[in-house]
Amino acid sequence: MSEIIRLSAAALAQKLQSREVSAVDATQAHLDRIAAVDGSINAFLHVNTQEALLVAAEVDKARADGDTLHPLAGVPIAVKDLIVTKGQPTTAGSKILEGWHSPYDATVIRRLREARMPILGKTNLDEFAMGSSTEHSAYGPTRNPWDLDRIPGGSGGGSAAAVAAFEAPLALGTDTGGSIRQPGAVTGTVGVKPTYGGVSRYGAIAMASSLDQIGPVSRTVLDSALLHEVIGGHDPHDSTSLTDPVGALVEAARRGEVKGLRVGVIKELSGEGYQTGVLNRFAESLDLLRSAGAEIVEVSCPNFKYALGAYYLIMPSEASSNLAKYDGVRFGLRVVPEGAPTIERVMGATRAAGFGDEVKRRIILGTYALSAGYYDAYYGSAQKVRTLIQRDFNAAFTQADVLISPTAPTTAFRLGEKLDDPLAMYLNDVATIPANMAGIPGLSLPNGLADEDNLPVGIQLLAPARQDARLYRVGAVLESLLEDKWGGPLLAQAPEIAGVK
Amino acid sequence: MTAVHDEVLSFDEAMEKYDPALGFEVHVELNTKTKMFSSAPNGFGDTPNTNITPVDLGLPGVLPVVNRVAVESSIKIGLALGCKIAERSHFARKNYFYPDTPKNFQTSQYDEPIAYDGAIDIELADGTVFTVEIERAHMEEDAGKLTHMGGATGRIQGAEFSLVDYNRAGVPLVEIVTKPILGAGRRAPELAKAYVAAIREIVKNLGVSDARMERGNVRCDANVSLMPKGSTTLGTRTETKNVNSLRSVEHAVTYEIQRHAAVLDSGAAIVQETRHWHEDTRSTTAGRPKSDADDYRYFPEPDLVPVVTNDAWIEKLRSELPEPPAERRKRLQADWGYSDAEFRDVVNAGVMSSVEDTVAAGVSPAVARKWWMGEISRRAKIADVEPAELGVTPELIVELNALIESGKINDKLSREVLDGVLAGEGTPAQVVEARGLAVVSDDGPLLEAIDGALAAQPDVAEKIRGGKVQAVGAIVGGVMKATRGQADAGRVRELILQRLGVEG
Repeated sequence: MSEIIRLSAAALAQKLQSREVSAVDATQAHLDRIAAVDGSINAFLHVNTQEALLVAAEVDKARADGDTLHPLAGVPIAVKDLIVTKGQPTTAGSKILEGWHSPYDATVIRRLREARMPILGKTNLDEFAMGSSTEHSAYGPTRNPWDLDRIPGGSGGGSAAAVAAFEAPLALGTDTGGSIRQPGAVTGTVGVKPTYGGVSRYGAIAMASSLDQIGPVSRTVLDSALLHEVIGGHDPHDSTSLTDPVGALVEAARRGEVKGLRVGVIKELSGEGYQTGVLNRFAESLDLLRSAGAEIVEVSCPNFKYALGAYYLIMPSEASSNLAKYDGVRFGLRVVPEGAPTIERVMGATRAAGFGDEVKRRIILGTYALSAGYYDAYYGSAQKVRTLIQRDFNAAFTQADVLISPTAPTTAFRLGEKLDDPLAMYLNDVATIPANMAGIPGLSLPNGLADEDNLPVGIQLLAPARQDARLYRVGAVLESLLEDKWGGPLLAQAPEIAGVK
Repeated sequence: MTAVHDEVLSFDEAMEKYDPALGFEVHVELNTKTKMFSSAPNGFGDTPNTNITPVDLGLPGVLPVVNRVAVESSIKIGLALGCKIAERSHFARKNYFYPDTPKNFQTSQYDEPIAYDGAIDIELADGTVFTVEIERAHMEEDAGKLTHMGGATGRIQGAEFSLVDYNRAGVPLVEIVTKPILGAGRRAPELAKAYVAAIREIVKNLGVSDARMERGNVRCDANVSLMPKGSTTLGTRTETKNVNSLRSVEHAVTYEIQRHAAVLDSGAAIVQETRHWHEDTRSTTAGRPKSDADDYRYFPEPDLVPVVTNDAWIEKLRSELPEPPAERRKRLQADWGYSDAEFRDVVNAGVMSSVEDTVAAGVSPAVARKWWMGEISRRAKIADVEPAELGVTPELIVELNALIESGKINDKLSREVLDGVLAGEGTPAQVVEARGLAVVSDDGPLLEAIDGALAAQPDVAEKIRGGKVQAVGAIVGGVMKATRGQADAGRVRELILQRLGVEG
C-alpha cells in the first residue's frame, strides 16, 4: 500500500491502465493514508470515502469490460474546498457556509467526473481563500508535513499539504495572488496557476473574479500537466473563459527543452526581503539551466514595486462585492438577533458571526476603496498599476521566453508567527501577485531546502498569456536537473510525519 | 407612517408661477425566452421560485453569461429611439443590500451603456409635437419580488415577515433615461403620459417586450422639478417611483407639480427624495431621501467581458426594425381615408393592426372598421379581453361580408353566423346552412307575412296610403318578426309600398 501512495499520478495511471493496481486499491490506499496522518496535518475538511470508492469500483469494472477510459481514470484527487461539489459539503473554509451542499458541480468537477477520477475529499484553506498560511480557516490550521509547527502556505495549504503528505497524488487549488504557488513552494510540491481564462471558474467560489484561477497541485511537473489538460479548455458558463484549446501540455512536459531558451531573471523579485537560503537555491538553479543550454538574461519590471499595493485594493474591492451574497437569506448560516429581527439586523448578525477577521478586514478595505469619492484614488489607480505591470511583462517577454524568480521570499514560517501582522503576511505573495495582475501563467516547483532551516523553497517560472506549455517544457527540465542533483524527488527527504497512527 | 396630506397649489396657479422640468426612467422588461444572465425561463405568473437556476439565486461559485438576444433587443430599442450604439459597452455592479437582489448587487450598465444620445418625437392629441431627448438606454437585470406579510402598509416596515420570489430576478431590463424635458409648460402631464405611451408602443412594435404595464413589463419613474418662470436653473427634483399606468403617469406629474409649487411658495426647499405614488388618493408620499451621493460602489463587472458591436451587426438589426409606429399610423390613416376622429377611435380600441390585416384580406377599410369597432369590440368588452383575442380572423370577416353583400344574410343574421363560427360549428356558409339562417328572398312567403302585418295594423296601413311613408317601419318590423329576421328588410319595404300602391 505505502508503495502506491508514493507513486506520481503518471506512474499510478500506468499501473491502473496495465491493471497492475486496481482503482479501488489505489483509492483505498490514499484513504488509509488520510486516516493515518490527517489527524496531524488537517489537510481535509471532508473525506469523501464512499463516493470515491464507488467511482473507483466503476473504473475497475469498466476497465475489466475493456472500455476506453481517460488516462487518469481511477487516479484519486483532492479538491480545495473553495470549489463546489455535488454530494459533498462546500465551506470555503468559512463558518458562514458550514453544512452547505451545492446543488451543482463546478465545471472542473464535472471534468474530473467525466475522466472518472475518484474525489478523495475537500481540502482546507484560508477562509474564502484569504490568507497565505491556511491559519484563517474557520476549521483550524493545516500543518506543514515538513514541520508540523509550521504553516503549509495559503490559501491552498490543504491541497499542497495533502499532496506533500502523500494523502493524494493530485489536488485542485485556486490562485488569486499565489494561493497555489506559494503553498507549493513551502511544502516542496508543484503548483500551476494557468493563464487567466484557461480553466473555467464556474463553481469556484469567487474571491476576486479578475484574479482567481483554478489550477493543478501535484508532486511532479508532468502530473500537473496531466491534470491541467483534464480541467482546462473553454466553458460556455464562464464568459471570461478563453476559447483556445488547452494545448499539448503533457507533451510539453514530456519533451522538456531549454537549449537556446532565454530565461529572464526579474531583478525586482530578488534581494532584500528574500531569505538567504531561498536566494542560494535560486542562483544554483540558474546555473543548472545555463549548463543545460539556456541563456540567462536579467530583465527589469520597475512597476512591480506597486503590485502588492494595487493588489490589496483590487482584490478586496472585488471580494467586498463577491461576498455580499452571504447574508443568511438564501443559503448558509442565518443568525437572527434578539429583539425585532429586521432584515438589516439579520444580515448584519449573520455576517458578523459567519465571517472571520481577515474576511471582514478585506470587505472593509474593499468597500472603502470603491466608495464614492475614493474610487478614482484607490480602485482607479490600482487598475492603472495593473496596466503598468502588464506593460512591464510585455517588455520583459521581448527579452526572454520565460521569466524566473523565487516563488516566495521565505520558507514556511511558524504557525501564529505572522497572524497579528497582516502586512507581513501579505508580503509572502510579493513574487506571485504580478502574474495574477497580468493574467499570465505561473508554475512553482521544488527548488531544494534552505540552508538555514532545511525547509523547502520554490522557484517560479512565468510565461506570456496562453503559453502555459512553455512552463511545462522548462519546468520539466529544471525538475529533472534538480532531482539528478538530489538523487531523487525532494519529498523523499521529508521527515516521517509525527503522530502517525 | 401616518399619511400626511401635503399642501398643493392649483395647477393653474402653479403654471402661472413656475415652469416644470420632467425626466423619465422607463424600465422595459424584455420578452426573451431566457433571463439576462442565465438559462432560466423568463416567464410571468409561474409558481414562485421555479424559474430559477443557481445563477439566479446567486449561489456560491456561479457566473453570469450575457443573453445575446437581450443584447439585440436592447440595440433595437436604442435604434428605434434614434440612439447611437456603443461599439463597446460594459456591465457594472451596483452594490446594495436588499433581499430581492440575490447577489446583493445588481448587474447593470453604468458609464458605458449600450445606447446613448437619442431623441423621439412625441405627438400630443392636438398634433403638437415635442422632441424628447434620450440620454441613454442601458441593459440590466430585474430584481426578485417581495411580498410583505402582516403589518398595515404592505411595505417592509412593520411587516411580520416577507416572502421572496426569484422568478423575476435576472429578467432582462432595458432602462431608458431621458435628458431633462423643458418647455412643456402646462402640457407637462399630457406629455408625460404621451411619452410613456410612445415608449410602450415602440417596444411592443419592435416585438422585444410584451409591453403590458399591468404586468410591470413597462414601469416608469417620473422626475419632476419646478423653476420660477423666467429662470433657467433646474430646481430640485423628486423621483416618483413605479408609476405603472398611463393615467397614473399623468396624474402623478400633475400632483408633483402642484405639491412642489406649494412647497416653493411657502419659501421652503424641495427635498430631493423618492416619492411613492398612491393611485387611490392620487397623491404621493415621501420615500427614502435620495441624493446624488447615494453610494452604490459601482465598478466594472469582472465576470463579464465587454459587449462589442460592429457596423454589420447593427445594420443587420436596423434592417430588421419594423416601421416606426408614428409613421405607420400616418400611412394607414391616409390609405384608409379615415377622419382623425375615426382613426383615433380605432387606435384607442387597439384594433389598428386587426383592421390593417382585414383590409389586406380583401374588404374595404369602412367594412373592416365597422366590424372591429362594432360587433367585435362589443363582444370583447363583454368577454373582458382584447378584440384581437376573440379569435375572429380577417378571413372570417371577409366571408361574412361576402355573404351580406350577396344578400344571402343581413347584418343581424351575420351576428348569429359569427356566434356559430366562434362556437366551432364550421365556416360561415356551413353555419348559415346548418342553422337555416338564409335571408328569405322568395316573395311568396313575404307577401303572406306582409298581408298578415297590414291586417294586424290597419290604422298604420291607412296612414301609409295617406302618404305617411315613414310609418312603413312599423309594418316592416311586423314582417321581420313574423319571418324571425330572415327577410331582407329592404325588399320587405319595397313590397309593402307596392302592395299599398304608394311611391317609395
